[in-house]
Amino acid sequence: MIQLTINGKSHSYDGDASMPLLWYLRDVADLTGTKYGCGMALCGACTVHLDGQPIRSCVTPVAAAAGKKITTIEAVGADKVGHAVQTSWQKLDVVQCGYCQSGQIMSATALLKSNRKPSDADIDAAMSGNVCRCATYVRIRAAIHDAAQSLSA
Amino acid sequence: MNQIFLVNESRRRFLQGAGGLALGIYVGDVFADQGTAAPGNGGAALVAPVNFEPNAFVRIGSDNTVTVISKHLEMGQGTFTGLATLLAEELDADWTQVRVEGAPADVAKYKNLMMGIQLTGGSTAMANSHEQMRKAGAAARAMFVSAAAEQWKVPADSITVINGVVHAKSGRKASFGQLAERAGKQPVPQDVSLKDPKSFKLIGKPTLHRKDHVDKTNGMAIFTQDYKLPGMLVAVVAHPQRFGAVVKSVDAAKARAVPDVVEVVQFGGSAHRFAGVAVLAKNTWAARSGRDALVIEWDESQAFKLGSAEIMAQYKEMAKKDGLVARKDGDVAAALARPAKLIEAEYEVPYLAHSAMEPLNCLVKLGDGTCEIVNGEQMHTPDQGAVAALLGISPDQVSITQLYAGGSFGRRANPQADYVLEAVAIAKAAWDQGVKVPVKMVWTREEDTRGGYYRPMSFHTARLALDDSGQLVAWHHHIVGQSIIRGTAFEPFMVKNGIDETSVEGVADMSYEVPNLRIELSTPDNINVPVQWWRSVGHSYNGFVKESLIDEAAVAAGKDPYEYRRALLGKSPRLKGVLELVADNAQWSKPLKPGADGDKRGRGIAVHESFNTYVAQVAEVTVKADGSFKVDRVVCAVDCGLAINPDIIVAQMQGGIGFGLSAALHGAITLDGGVVQQSNFHQYIPLRINEMPAVEVFIVPSTEKPTGVGEPGTPPIAPAVVNAIAAATGKRIRKLPIADQLSA
Repeated sequence: MIQLTINGKSHSYDGDASMPLLWYLRDVADLTGTKYGCGMALCGACTVHLDGQPIRSCVTPVAAAAGKKITTIEAVGADKVGHAVQTSWQKLDVVQCGYCQSGQIMSATALLKSNRKPSDADIDAAMSGNVCRCATYVRIRAAIHDAAQSLSA
Repeated sequence: MNQIFLVNESRRRFLQGAGGLALGIYVGDVFADQGTAAPGNGGAALVAPVNFEPNAFVRIGSDNTVTVISKHLEMGQGTFTGLATLLAEELDADWTQVRVEGAPADVAKYKNLMMGIQLTGGSTAMANSHEQMRKAGAAARAMFVSAAAEQWKVPADSITVINGVVHAKSGRKASFGQLAERAGKQPVPQDVSLKDPKSFKLIGKPTLHRKDHVDKTNGMAIFTQDYKLPGMLVAVVAHPQRFGAVVKSVDAAKARAVPDVVEVVQFGGSAHRFAGVAVLAKNTWAARSGRDALVIEWDESQAFKLGSAEIMAQYKEMAKKDGLVARKDGDVAAALARPAKLIEAEYEVPYLAHSAMEPLNCLVKLGDGTCEIVNGEQMHTPDQGAVAALLGISPDQVSITQLYAGGSFGRRANPQADYVLEAVAIAKAAWDQGVKVPVKMVWTREEDTRGGYYRPMSFHTARLALDDSGQLVAWHHHIVGQSIIRGTAFEPFMVKNGIDETSVEGVADMSYEVPNLRIELSTPDNINVPVQWWRSVGHSYNGFVKESLIDEAAVAAGKDPYEYRRALLGKSPRLKGVLELVADNAQWSKPLKPGADGDKRGRGIAVHESFNTYVAQVAEVTVKADGSFKVDRVVCAVDCGLAINPDIIVAQMQGGIGFGLSAALHGAITLDGGVVQQSNFHQYIPLRINEMPAVEVFIVPSTEKPTGVGEPGTPPIAPAVVNAIAAATGKRIRKLPIADQLSA
């Protein structure tokens, strides 16, 4: 039996421990905000936080998350930084199709938690693992700067 | 009781069907304050009564919510917001009370007025329905006015509507919700007048927010990938590695042994669809694990086995012979016989996958003689017909719930209904094997990348003649590539005298004034690689070749590439307009700021019309000594007629530029012996944030009819970038992707 803490709630799971966390979140826990894009940690659509660190849930077995705190897009807004990121995303209308944006927001939140004033180079380094085929990158960059500003205000 | 509803996260987020599938309703505004439904309860009580439904495009409930029904798919391009803006403008609704949902399949109500069928494509959503949506809003408004006049016993002309509130001169006022029931009893006006553009409040407002910007930032937006029905199984498929192969035998024992795997089915292909095997399981991981455990022997006797190098070699041979003539002005042969200067060039572009972030998927629920489809649905009418034909039922027994699509770039509008039919075939096979449950087919990224229906690879040979003064006097251009239209239902309308108009669009209709012009097309009939439209269709490659060639001519003439183009666009004021606007804003007349020591900088320009929208772009690049380069900045000017949502126009230019740049830098699907060599993002490489240039967009103020912006931002970027590279280095890139050609 694997014990998971997802968005502050306890879950017990006795299925395939090698199942990637992504599929546990989506198919078992019904938290579908975290997306499947590639299954190989190449696109970042599945990004969640594990004990505050951004990870690719598509290549993280459920077993590796046991006993750790998992935060997904559904709850990241409860965090001050996550809320600021979501607010800036909405203010600048970053989204187009929206499918990658959960992962973008999770990566951006993790960046701002460790670096309250990221440079463009910092943003490139932290965000280049997240693909957006709509190419909303100009606004992602602007929204991260905007969130940084609102957090320092 | 035919409701689907969604309880949000705080209430155990869950999708539930109660007694069938009729409406797709998104969580959010409507239900926000209406309590909780536990899984297992009926959903009907949650739905606010609909008191007012004056036409097919708007519903208003007593809760004061204005629901706009979008006949077009929202795949990122902003269509939901655009259509809602038009309707809400004439309704005088408050933007915050407006929500949008996708229309079901109903060609009588929801056909694309430019096509006669229900379809999202060709950048036509605003172009075909701007008047329709405005009239729908104006009619609804008129009914509120007459309802208020009746209720308050005041003259209709004493009533105004402001931000969703109906006011009388007497001071009385009421919300839409309060008047909805009475408004629903008013006669529907047959003729309505529309607002003077001077009094627009929503149309043209740059700060209006997208309708999907909250749900898509908090994980609540529902895509096909997310949709669940009770008892639903997930199907993951095994496709052959070569197009046209079929299943010879399958050993599913190991797949069936995977926990949570419920069934394994085989599905037959056709000339246009894969054959294969699907593993159905209670969750995606089990289905995928089961799929990976299948042992399949394929019959490749009819499979396509050429590689892309062999295909290109064939195209080069075909280009040596005469093609079909798509355009002929003057006498090219005579003009090319004695040129002062001759440019001879060959251009090559590759196959491209659409590679939307949401891999293809489709949910199917079969009943006795019925089929319900839940999908990011881009082509309702053809898909409905194709599904009906496959199942031997009538189209009206096929219902479609249209969800958001996580991108498409054209792929979800497949003229052969390939992935939709595959999902239906899987559900039908399961049904026939006694598994009578809803089935959601999901392709993995690998299936999506290798799944065909690519932007066609093409070869171009061109000869341009200049006279003594550098004036362009002849342009002979021969295009070789597969037709995306032949063999589809669109052939009667889009193939004329053997010429697929999409194969030549962008050059056969070019606006440059060239006295002697000949555009030829050769179309192979032996290349069985499935091909399809891809964001901007033929313009995606013809725009690249045309705008590269004109640049080559300017360079050969020793003229400024901007002035050279401008002089040839005397009869095309809107193209000339965006060209001038972009040159002004890019400060084209001033020298480009030099780079660091050893870096070469250059600036390139391109201008192109597609889908009746005019776009010009200037790209600035920096090339390092080792041949690596970066596109630093792109300045873009667009003329799309009346700008309905300026910020979405800006977003579509930014996105169209990024999408086109992704292909220009990295994009290529290649085949070896018929096997697609790319499978995932490590091989089919997407643009990432570190490669995205700064983008500045300028919109031409216009009162012309609105035209689309989803596609037209894409064609100019590849030529603008190669022209900039040529300006920086003198090296002319004639083959896409650019990849490492500068360092090789």
